[in-house]
Amino acid sequence: MDAPAHLSPGEIPAIAAEALDCGYEGKLVLRDVTFSVAPGEIFFVIGGSGCGKSTLLRHLVGLHEPRRGRVSFHGQPFTATDAAGRRELLRTFGVLFQGGALWSSLTLRENVALPLEEYTPLSRRERGELAALKLAQVGLQGFEDYYPAEISGGMRKRAGLARALALDPAVVFFDEPSAGLDPVTSRSLDDLIRHVRDTFGTTIVVVSHELASIFALADRAVMLAREEQGIIAAGPPAALVDSPDPRVRAFLTRTAPA
Amino acid sequence: MPDTPVPPAAAVRIEAEGDRCVVTVGGVWSITAAPPVWLGPPPGATGIALRAADLGRWDSSLPFFLAGVRRACCAAGLPCDDAELPPRLRDLLAQLETVQAGGAPADRTDSLLTAVGLATREVAVQARAILDFVGECALSAVRLARSPRRFRWADCAAEMQQCGAMALPIVSLISFLVGVTLAYTGAIVLRQFGGDIWIADLVGLSMVREMGAVMTAVVLAGRTGAAYAATLGNMKANEEIDALATLGIPPVQFLVLPRLLALAVMMPVLALYANALGILGGLVVAYSLLAIPPTAFWVELLTIVDLSDVASGVIKAAAFGLIVGLAGCLRGLQAERSADGVGRATTSAVVTALLLLVIADALFAVLFNVLGI
Repeated sequence: MDAPAHLSPGEIPAIAAEALDCGYEGKLVLRDVTFSVAPGEIFFVIGGSGCGKSTLLRHLVGLHEPRRGRVSFHGQPFTATDAAGRRELLRTFGVLFQGGALWSSLTLRENVALPLEEYTPLSRRERGELAALKLAQVGLQGFEDYYPAEISGGMRKRAGLARALALDPAVVFFDEPSAGLDPVTSRSLDDLIRHVRDTFGTTIVVVSHELASIFALADRAVMLAREEQGIIAAGPPAALVDSPDPRVRAFLTRTAPA
Repeated sequence: MPDTPVPPAAAVRIEAEGDRCVVTVGGVWSITAAPPVWLGPPPGATGIALRAADLGRWDSSLPFFLAGVRRACCAAGLPCDDAELPPRLRDLLAQLETVQAGGAPADRTDSLLTAVGLATREVAVQARAILDFVGECALSAVRLARSPRRFRWADCAAEMQQCGAMALPIVSLISFLVGVTLAYTGAIVLRQFGGDIWIADLVGLSMVREMGAVMTAVVLAGRTGAAYAATLGNMKANEEIDALATLGIPPVQFLVLPRLLALAVMMPVLALYANALGILGGLVVAYSLLAIPPTAFWVELLTIVDLSDVASGVIKAAAFGLIVGLAGCLRGLQAERSADGVGRATTSAVVTALLLLVIADALFAVLFNVLGI
């Protein structure tokens, strides 16, 4: 089989989802979803509210088991693998949840240091220093000993990103990174995402319906639709604007469907 | 200051125009004001035409009124023409009639049989969830026992402080009053037989074997178990539990075990303290009501309460601590991701803990009886 156009011949995708059926509590939300993401790519999952974007993300990161199909990271199967294999793969990716999902009883430094404590032999002092470095990378120098409740929503997302980057993951997932942020903070978070990719070659997967972020960041995107329960378009955002599907055009040009 | 002009009230004019009747609406229409009265199509009319004239500000009350006119025409078999109404009003009227044609709201209540069936299945689901959770906690405890370095000792110590030392005032008050109540109740009977001194036996045995552990567990179920459910429920709603899972850190190991250990350790300590306070309450009543000297009370107490009685209370208290912790953590982790879900989880944690406490207490009573303790 030929490699997809976004992958070089012989290149192993950073993420491959094959024929995924996703759903909760007896309800099927997505069926037969197949896509792959090249290493170092910024990949967006877009679509209207309720189309299953976050559901897909939760299945990709292992919070829910797909009913059918499989997910692999850098060629290593993630679904239907044993606990040890899964834990090993979990170490290779980070997730930034919509509200940051920082542990409220821990300071920012302790939040970022916890993954290091779980997965590295570093001493307490070294973990603290590395956590401070990660926080500085996202512009939170001086806030290391603050609790999540003491900082703003945008700062919480930055701190969440620092935690997601704690183990220098190969893949970082973002769930609606711009949700609830003002345009300036949202833009600075976009810059940070690009900076992470450009600096570390990290593969980025973003679930969003923020048009400015999609056009500013995405190398490629897939669009989901509730009616089809799956992908209705895939490609670079600039190409998707000319999609034959009027729903895709309407979404990306922010016009009401005819 | 000039008078503010009073807007004209909603009005309906009914006029004959050839064979048909023209209904003209005007004025200001407000949903909070009483609508004009419409008595139905006049006799002899062959149709109705709807019009608007001098119409001021209007809201949903106007299309509602016009829909009523149309329904009356329809019932009388008369055509009703709305072509002369403003387009926006016409659209809204059509939309309202579509909604009204949709029928009554769906009845989502379950029949008695369905409700009984669902409740029965829920009991099985919940029993299985409790067993699964207990099993998961046991496995995590074994894993942590092999590498105790991974256990969050600092969190455990903080929880001990919260569920132990911070609970002392309420446990003190409740236990003292339980001792007082037991002594007063016992005094009524014992005085009739001249056995006043046995008040010490009654209060001592009741507190040490039963009431110390049970009352402490009830207090902690309401105080600490509910707090655990609320904390974990909020963490779930904020995706903090998901964040742990995506890091490969089992929430049971990180969040549940430190809390369970804290309660299992502090509950027996609190129960011993409750025993002492309860006995003190009994002693105060015995002295003030029955004029039994404290030394006599103490000597009599020592003749009946031995170490096995104290041990049985302590063993029960440790088990009750685990039950309260398990119920609180389980319900917190099961909470729905909403404020309402967290509230329900908190209530459910207390109810589950109390139910399991009573069952466990009964089982302990049978077990200790069999063992002769």
